[in-house]
Order: sequence, then structure tokens, then C-alpha cells
Amino acid sequence: MTFVKTKIELSKLQGGDRLEVLLIEGEPLQNVPRSATEQGFKVLEVSHVKDNIHKITIEK
Amino acid sequence: MSNSDKKKLSIISFSGDFDKLVAAFTLASGSAALNYEVNVFFTFWGLNAIKKKKVRSFTGKGVLAKIFGFLMGGVNNVPLSRLNFFGASPKLMTFLMRKRNVATLKELIEAAIALNVNLYACEMSMHILGLTKDDFIPEIKEVIGVVNFLQYSEGGERIFI
Repeated sequence: MTFVKTKIELSKLQGGDRLEVLLIEGEPLQNVPRSATEQGFKVLEVSHVKDNIHKITIEK
Repeated sequence: MSNSDKKKLSIISFSGDFDKLVAAFTLASGSAALNYEVNVFFTFWGLNAIKKKKVRSFTGKGVLAKIFGFLMGGVNNVPLSRLNFFGASPKLMTFLMRKRNVATLKELIEAAIALNVNLYACEMSMHILGLTKDDFIPEIKEVIGVVNFLQYSEGGERIFI
């Protein structure tokens, strides 16, 4: 579902806009960057926030 | 990517049970997020998920149809397929889903709509129950029968839930 919510938010943005996504380790962290890249979005950064929470910055 | 190259998933939503609707809409929204063309065909009990009136109401044409309409209700009272406990379980399950930050059935339906999943209502079931397109949410693309469903779902995967 994380990528579903990410995709919905990305659809609201204009080209060149950026979206920051907070997600947890495991399946979301593996799938969201890969799926975003496969669909032509640019994953600018993947960083650790705290505990098992990570942040991904995606550019449309 | 042309339409013929696009992957396609078509789901027949027959059950109308809470857990099975969660499965159907999770598949629908997840596939749509991955750029699948997604069709969901709601028939029989599945129609409850897309009714405009989300609670029990005397909907339909004729006394018997209205009684069925009341007993079947809407998305707010769809039962769990097991351990329903007189309707308590879907509410408890929704509470757990929110607590664990998992999308609820309502959120899954909204996501499917936001991702342009094609929603269809079964003409035959609607005819039996005396329902019209006005009795359903406006996002229903079309009222269709089995022939149109087979045409629209051709070339893709079909799943019966």
C-alpha cells in the first residue's frame, strides 16, 4: 500500500516537483524506490531517519 | 506503452465479505499503481461495496427487493466471512487496521478510485434487485453484463473473489 499512496501523491504533482515519503524497513523500503524508478520517476535520496523509519525523496 | 502492451487485471467481486473486499481492492489499487489497466466487476453480494447508501436502507424496486436491499445493506455493514460476531468483527478489524497503520477498506476503495480503476456493476444482479445506476456511487463507469465483461477483460488476468 505504501507505493499506492506514493503513486497517488505523485499524480497530484507537476513535473519537477519532489515528494518525500516516510516508510519502514522491509518490503516498503525495497519496493517503493524500485517501483518509482521503473515508472520513470527519479529517486533522489534514500536516508535513514530513526529506528526503522526511512525517508525517500522522489522527483516527478 | 500502447493499450495492447499494458498489463491488465480484471476482478469479479462476487463475495461482498469485508475481508474479500479488502483483498479485491488491495489487488486493484496495487495493480493500478503499477500501471495495470484494472477492471472490477461487482456482482451479487459485491454490489454492496459500491452502493451510494452505505448503511442498510430499503433500496430497490418492489417490496421483496427492498427487503433484500435492507438485509444486504451497504459497505458499512459488510460482514467478515468468518467470525463475524453479529457484525462486530468488521469494526474491530477496521480498528486494528488503523492502529497498525494499514489501509482500511474505505481507504482502499478511495485509492482504487484515485488510481482510475474501472468499476462496473452487474446488470443482471441489479435487475433482480430492482436497482438502477443512481443507487450506486458515481464512480461506476458502466452497468454491464457478462459479454461486455469478457470483452473488457480479454487479454488479461481474471480473478474471482
